[in-house]
Amino acid sequence: MKRAEIISQLNEIFEDIIDEGPISLSDTNTANDVDGWDSLTNVQLIVAIEKIMNIRFTSEEIQSWKNVGEMVDCILTK
Amino acid sequence: MTFNELKKNLKKNFTGFEPLKLALLGDSATQFLAQAIRGAGYNQRLDINVYDADFNQVDRQILDLSSELHGFQPDIILIFEAGHKLLQKFNKAEAGIRADFAENQISHIHHLVDALQNNLKTKVIYFNYAEEDDRVFGNFANKVPSSFIFQQRKLNYLLTEYATTNTCFNICDMSAMQSKMGRALLFSPAIYTTSEMVLSIDALPMVAESVVQMIAAFQGKFKKCIILDLDNLLWGGVIGDDGLDNIQIGGLGVGKAFTEFQYWVKKLQQRGIIICICSKNTDSVAKEPFEKHPDMVLRLKDIAVFLANWKNKADNINRIQQILNIGFDSMVFLDDNPFERNMVIQNIPDITVPELPEDPAEYLEYLYTLNLFETASYSSEDANRTEKYQKESERVVAQASFANENDFLKSLDMLSDVQPFNSFSIPRVAQLSQRSNQFNLRTIRYNEEDIKRITASERYITFSFTLEDKYGDNGLICVIILEKKQPKTLFIDTWLMSCRVLKRGMENFVLNTIVDYARDKGYQNIVGEYLPTAKNALAKDLYANLGFTQDGAHWRLEIADYQPKECFINIKKL
Repeated sequence: MKRAEIISQLNEIFEDIIDEGPISLSDTNTANDVDGWDSLTNVQLIVAIEKIMNIRFTSEEIQSWKNVGEMVDCILTK
Repeated sequence: MTFNELKKNLKKNFTGFEPLKLALLGDSATQFLAQAIRGAGYNQRLDINVYDADFNQVDRQILDLSSELHGFQPDIILIFEAGHKLLQKFNKAEAGIRADFAENQISHIHHLVDALQNNLKTKVIYFNYAEEDDRVFGNFANKVPSSFIFQQRKLNYLLTEYATTNTCFNICDMSAMQSKMGRALLFSPAIYTTSEMVLSIDALPMVAESVVQMIAAFQGKFKKCIILDLDNLLWGGVIGDDGLDNIQIGGLGVGKAFTEFQYWVKKLQQRGIIICICSKNTDSVAKEPFEKHPDMVLRLKDIAVFLANWKNKADNINRIQQILNIGFDSMVFLDDNPFERNMVIQNIPDITVPELPEDPAEYLEYLYTLNLFETASYSSEDANRTEKYQKESERVVAQASFANENDFLKSLDMLSDVQPFNSFSIPRVAQLSQRSNQFNLRTIRYNEEDIKRITASERYITFSFTLEDKYGDNGLICVIILEKKQPKTLFIDTWLMSCRVLKRGMENFVLNTIVDYARDKGYQNIVGEYLPTAKNALAKDLYANLGFTQDGAHWRLEIADYQPKECFINIKKL
């Protein structure tokens, strides 16, 4: 899968889980940039990404991401 | 439903739903569970306001009387101490005292629950522990009292034992849920390690729905009756075509599936669920297996109302509802035929109609997953319910033969035993207080502890009424609690009656009894109140019909002016 495809898929997942209107993710976005993305919804997001993309993250990976770009990098390794 | 769907319920409109307050205390992060419970409550028309304490505050919130918990005054307290956290506690315990681990835990739980009950009028729901075998001893752990799995199972047993002795303490069976879902689905190690959550997102809906089913039962929302089709539900094949010798039950064909299904229905009947038959069949043909087939588990004596005819099923279910006099929302209809199911759903929206799997072998496993028969009480009287409704069926037939209502009532030879509450009647009184929805003037729910307190109090006068007639004994069917509000006034705190004795003049008999008592003790008036709910419209005009006059929000009766009401019930002399 290409980067752009992953970002667009992530966008859909974020919009569904956060449920507060349209979101437009980019590599440099952090939780601070997206309304409703907090430590709690983050858990839901991870589980949803794992399920929809049929991948598994390790607990270390989950804790390491600093922004959306790093999340995408990690997904690309799966 | 998924967790995300439950969470979306939170944005919906809860107006008009039954409100109640639930406090959630846990030793792990419980925010999602709190959201899931409120969301699952929406589906049951419950407006559950959840106070979710910060985690790891179970002891402080309970023991500190100035805590947020005590300020919140919850109706229900849900305590979630996770199996995985229990293992951490066990790990830290000195090896030498591990064999006493379960005993120590249960005494701490007793201590917490006692502290709650001394200070708050609340029910407690406690999750038992999902098994987590650390495999330190392998299977040999079963022979080693100081192993974790030994202690964890023992603790679950001790919790169950405690629940049998304390009416306010209830178990939500996490262990059973894990057996059903599997540990891999219940617990997600990566999520736990990064977030302190011990329940996986996928497990939340089932756990929350289970809690909400318990709460709904506490609030009087539960199933009382199951209505069954016959062909391809109770036996394989069609009795009208295949004949008695060829229907599949017992050893024949896939009969085993139907036999096991019937045993399940029989156990429900023994628990007090009313069993009715609704089948498109000729009556005599439909009854033949119940009378003659050696492998039938269910017999005619187990069936409260048996309707086999060629009318449509919605009409027949309406007829059953008239005889039983219970709400459609307390009924379950089972039929293998999707056409009949849809017909019933469309005509009777409140009834529960499970979409049975096609293969009869799957019926039971599917029905187990629905947990249709959650309850908040059980008494030995429940088991006699079938007979009572069979009698009611006979009465309905007899009544049709009398042109005059009073002649019919006289012919019944009705007797009532009137007593203050006592140790024999208290469980049944509490059960009626929890269950009665329709003929219930104020719908103030009392549990067994409350009823004991009221019985012992000088402030209250209590009456229980039984009703029997020539067809049989209905048992205890009416509860009155009078409060000495003012020196000359008695307030009717509780007046509730079982719906199976409506239209027998019981309300006249009850009022005569209350007035006799009040006059005897020198009271001048009696004051009643009607508090409307979604279900008690039936009792709305009771006080007006009995000659009370409206006095603001209350109804007042002057004893000096009272003429005893006509009724055909006599006091039972012992």
